[in-house]
Order: sequence, then C-alpha cells, then structure tokens
Amino acid sequence: MTAHATPVKAACPACVAAPAEPVRPVPEDVKIALSLPGIHCSACIAAVERALNAHPGVEDARVNLTLKRAMIKAGPDTQAADLIPVLEHAGYEAHELDPGALSATQADRTGRDLLMRLAVAGFASMNVMLLSVSVWSGATDATRDMFHWISAAIALPAIAFSAQPFFANAWSALRVRRLNMDVPIVLAILLALVTSLWETTLSGEHAYFDAALALTFFLLAGRYLDYRTRAAARSAAEELTALEVPRAIRLVDGAEEEVPVADLRVGDLIMVRPGGRMPVDGEIVSGQSELDRSLLTGETLPVFAKAGLSISAGEVNLTGPLIIRATAVGEDTSLHRMADLVAIAESGRSRYTSLADKAAKLYAPGVHILSALSFLGWFVYSGDIRTALNIAAAVLIITCPCALGLAVPAVTTAASGRLFRSGMLIKHATALERLAEADTVVFDKTGTLTSGMPELTNLRDHRRSDLEVALALAAVSSHPLSVALSRSAGEAGIKPATLSDITERPGYGTEGIWRGQAVRLGRAAWTGGQDTDQTATWLSVGDRPAVAFTFSDSLRPGAAAAVDAFRKAGKKVALISGDTPGAVEALAEKLGIETWQAQALPQDKASCIRELSDQGCRVLMVGDGLNDTAALAAAHVSISPASALDAARVASDIVLLGNDLSPIAEACDTAAKATRRIRENFRIATVYNVIAVPLAVAGLATPLIAALAMSASSITVSLNALRLR
Amino acid sequence: MEVLAYLIPISLLLGGVGLVAFVYTVRSNQYEDPEGDARRILNDEWDDKPKP
Repeated sequence: MTAHATPVKAACPACVAAPAEPVRPVPEDVKIALSLPGIHCSACIAAVERALNAHPGVEDARVNLTLKRAMIKAGPDTQAADLIPVLEHAGYEAHELDPGALSATQADRTGRDLLMRLAVAGFASMNVMLLSVSVWSGATDATRDMFHWISAAIALPAIAFSAQPFFANAWSALRVRRLNMDVPIVLAILLALVTSLWETTLSGEHAYFDAALALTFFLLAGRYLDYRTRAAARSAAEELTALEVPRAIRLVDGAEEEVPVADLRVGDLIMVRPGGRMPVDGEIVSGQSELDRSLLTGETLPVFAKAGLSISAGEVNLTGPLIIRATAVGEDTSLHRMADLVAIAESGRSRYTSLADKAAKLYAPGVHILSALSFLGWFVYSGDIRTALNIAAAVLIITCPCALGLAVPAVTTAASGRLFRSGMLIKHATALERLAEADTVVFDKTGTLTSGMPELTNLRDHRRSDLEVALALAAVSSHPLSVALSRSAGEAGIKPATLSDITERPGYGTEGIWRGQAVRLGRAAWTGGQDTDQTATWLSVGDRPAVAFTFSDSLRPGAAAAVDAFRKAGKKVALISGDTPGAVEALAEKLGIETWQAQALPQDKASCIRELSDQGCRVLMVGDGLNDTAALAAAHVSISPASALDAARVASDIVLLGNDLSPIAEACDTAAKATRRIRENFRIATVYNVIAVPLAVAGLATPLIAALAMSASSITVSLNALRLR
Repeated sequence: MEVLAYLIPISLLLGGVGLVAFVYTVRSNQYEDPEGDARRILNDEWDDKPKP
C-alpha cells in the first residue's frame, strides 16, 4: 500500500530542523552475510561474535538478532565457507547469504519515511492536544481563538507532510473510479481541517485539529506496522533467494575458476564435485557418478550417471566428479521453467479477499452515505450550511477507521513475530488467514517428512564379518549410503576389517581384496545382487551371492509430532510422493497416515490438490521439491522448508527456517487465534461506532468525545492484538 | 494570562526537541535491531572497558 510513498520532501517541517539527509553509503565493507536461524538470546550473540572475531581474517562481526543474521567485515581471503564451520563448531546453524541481495533491504527508505511521518504526526498531535485540552477545560473568547490558530499553524503543515501516503493512495484509487479505505480517511481529514479553519475564522467553539492529527497518527501507526511485517517477509524472501549461494566451478582451458552461477553461459564446461548441486541444465561430458534427483522428482534411489546423460539444474552429484556442458542457464533452466506452471496455478489464490478488504468494502460506502445523509438532514432541518458541514465532519471523524486500520496490522504483526521466533516466515499478506482455514494437510515425503538422509534398516540380519568388510569399504566413500552405513556400523561398535587395494569406482561402488577374495560394495548390477524397489546397496564377498543392506529415509525431526498434532486437531492428513509405493507405504504406516499416493507426477500432485479443493477442503500443502511447486501453488495455503529449492519456496506462503517440522502445527494454532483476534477487533471497533455515531449524527458530538472514542478504540484493539504475543 | 507567552513557545520548543531527537535516532540506525540491543545490555563482556 505504502510501498510507493513519496520520498521525503525538503518542504516538510521536520526537514527545517534536521540536516539534509546524507546519502547513506551502502556498507561496502560488509563482505559476508550469514543467516543464523538458531540464535535467540544474549549468550548466542556473544558466542557467535566471539567465535567469528576470533577467526583470523575477520575484522568485525556484528549479529542482528531481530533479523537473525550476522554481518561480517572480513579481509579479502576470508570466505563464508570458512566461517560456517567455525559457527557450526560453536553450535550454531549458519547459511551464507548473498550480501548483494540484502543491501536492498538494508537501505529501507520506505520504512524510515513512514516512521518519520509517524513521528511528525505524533509530536504535532501531542502539542495540539495540549492546546485542545485547555480549550475543553474552559478557555474562551480570545484565548480560545488564539489556541485554535496555533493549533491550525501546527496541524496544517504537519498533516500536509504526514498524511501524504493516504493522499497518494486515495488519489490513485479515485483516478480509476474506485473506493478504498483511504478515500474516507482523506475526506475525513480534509473536511475536519476545512470546517475547523472555518470555525476558527468565525471564532467558533469547536475545532477538530487534534482529531485530524490523532487520526493521521493512529492510521500511520497501523500502516507502519503493516509495512514492517511485509518488509520482514520481503527481506526474508530475498534472504532465501540468497540462501543458495550461487557459485560454480568453470573450466577454462583446463584451469578451474570459481564464478557466480549468474555468469555461466551456454556451452561452458562446468565441474561438479561429489556432493555438489548442478547449477544449470546440461549434458555430462565426462566422468561417472550417481545423481540424487529427489528434489526434482521425489525418488530416493540415486540414478547412475555417465557421459551423454542429460541433467537438470538442482540434481545432486553423489560419488564421482562430473564435467558437464551447459545447455540452458539461469532463467531457461528447467528449475525456472517450473515457475510458469506456478504462475498459472497461483491465479486462483489471488482471488482470496482478506478480512480487511471485506471490512473496507462494507465500510467505505457506508460511511460516505451516513455522512452525506446527516449533512442533508441537518441542512434541510436547520437551513444552516455551517452546522450541517460541522456535523458531517464530526460523523466522518468519529466513524473513521482508526481501529479498523490498526485491527489487522497489529494482529498480523504480533502473530508474525511469534511465528518468526519459532522459525517460520510469513511471506504472503493473507497467508495467516488462509492457514487458519486449512482443514486438510497434504505432505510430500522426500525432503519434507523425511530429511533425505538414509538410515540402515537391516544391520541385525548380517554376519559380523560381512559388516566389518562393508564398513571398511564404506569408509572410503562419501556416497550417502556409505556414510549412513559407516555411521550405523560404527554406532553398533563394529571395527572395520583390514582390506587391501581399496578403490572407489564412481557410479558403481568400492572394491578391495579381503583375505585373498575380491569384495565389492555397490550397485546391484555391479555386485550381482537382486534389484529391489527399496533403497539398498549390495556387498559381494568372493563368489558368495551378494547380500543387501537396505536403507530407509530417516524422519525429519518433529515430523511425527506435527502429523500427530494435526490429527488431534481433527484435520485430514494425506501423503503424496513421487517415490516408489514401498517406501511411501512404509512411511505412511510409521506415521499413521491413512491416505497416501505414490509415484505421483507433478501434475498428479497438483490435480489431487485441486480435487480436494473441489470437494470443499481447504488444503495446506507442505512440500519442498520441484515436483511439489505446482501443488504448493494450487493449495489454499502452503509451507516449504528452507532447504527446499527456490521455485518451491517462491510458490509457498510460509517458509520454515529450521530443520524441525513441529512448529507447523503450532503455526496453524497461532493463525486461528490471529484470525479470531482480527474478528474481535472488528467487533470492538463496531461497538465504539454504534455508541458514538448516533451522538455525532444527532449533533451532540464534541471534539472531546471524538478524541475519546478514537483513542479508546485504537488502544483497545492494539492491546487485544498484543494478547497474541 | 501573560504566562502563556512563555508557556506556549516552551511547549512547542520541547515538542520540537523531542522530534529532532527522534529524527536523530532514526537516522543513526537505532531501530535496526531492537531485539538484539535489548539483549546486548545483559552481556557483561564490555562492562569494564568500552568496546574498542
């Protein structure tokens, strides 16, 4: 609403007192920005700053607890990648942010601009109120006139400066022949000023300068809160775009150089190390490995990769280094094309009308009609245009939506703040209201309910000697299954066997010699095992048939708690995944989810959501993969974890910052409470109007009554909103 | 009523001083991290000497 408010003009009263605004330099020396979702207290601040400052190369580090990030001034040799382990060692989760994307949120001009207007309105209304109180308590004749003139001298310039956002909004609505909440506001302010000036010139009794200023002040407070909440969400969105820090290794004439992904061009040769994510779409030129496609398709089984295979951006290289040739970069990659699908699905959501809009639609015409009627009525009855205009102004001022303007932003600010503290970011303005309505929850499996980390399931079924050999072979590989096997075997207290000639064959597995026999750990086809639809790796020892080590995806922390909480709250829970039926069924059983669907294509997921919506369900979709994006956008409201791909996060309304899923259920609760508070606030505002409006229409309202009604209702709704914290 | 000749300018002046002070705090970024600043005061690391 106020995002396009005009910048500070030099003609404002504040600028006479204050020096001309210096152009704030973009902090050039801030080289590194880190997101720290886990910090929450003064000990955290001290620990993080101490750890960072102790690192050689760091010149200065400062934590911002409100935004949960650290800004670090460092020498040219220090990279974020060096600092993240430092913080992890100290016990804090850290992600690199792109300081370029952040600088836009730092120089927050609109926020300061609003704050400045708020301050001018506040101080001016205090001074005018002081004079008004003297008038109410009995100043008469020349003293009263003088007080009114001083009030006018303060109020006119102050309002000319402070109320500009309202003027601009009302004008832009009127230009296209529409009414918004700002039209009655502007009308009330202007009418109050005009009648008060007129009264003052005629030495009249009632002047509404204080009311006009208080109105501006309370409404600006609502605007500012609204803006803060949205700015936080916007900066969070930018922060998340920055989360995947875009770097790739480009091969130029055989030499490696690290470049930002944005600089890659079609035809570039790119080296992707094991564990790295494909930055672009392309084709494998050389190397052998396995690819994890779970983020794109939901499959947990890695895919064998060799020269000639096409790869899509977002896939993760597992075992061997790969050299790829880029065929599509940036906006053209399959990752970004998915955004088009999202745009189509999203049009349905934008039709949602928020509670505030519904209230405004009822309110704006009602107020105008009421005020016009009282003007006409009094004009016909008394024949005096001055009385009629005075009463019309009083009606407009008293009905003016101070409480309405504060009712929604105060509640959403409190609720968003509370959710942010539990690690959730509200990206969309109406997300809270929609979340409160959700009655069906649809989860994705891989990466959402599960962490995407495999866990060995059949340790007990194997001979000790097999386990020892497998552990020795697994120890040399960084393949996720090997890592999981090493971890489980190590926890079971198994010591690795002594092997010779251990080599890793990227894309197949590892092999070695044990007591004169060849031993292999790896893919079914390579070791002679039987392929199953479970995630597994096989061990062959000499000529003995290969034995399978099976894995299941480990649950994300809080997944079970979240599913339980939803079921207890009486919501339907469903699971839709692109993975194999075996894996999906196992997970559904483990969590007690009755409705599940496996091998779902992205279109299937979206159409399933649409079917549920057609049946009248309000669907909350929780997912992270590229295959979920269309479903996320089609759902009534959607949540994705911060580990999700860009496209999925863009499509969802709420982003979960931490690793734990349990805050989701709590968020639904908070959202329901917030909506209840908003409705309560509307009722409170209505009650005030029901009492005060008849007085105003009857011509009994004085500036004192207007001031009391306005302040009392505004303060009540703010306090009611604070109960949410 | 002559007292008004002093009191009104004084009240306007005091309001102006408050406004200027507020403008100063906004311009010097004192509202960037309200939560962190509230917690930092509890930290005793720089109690003996100011941060260099």
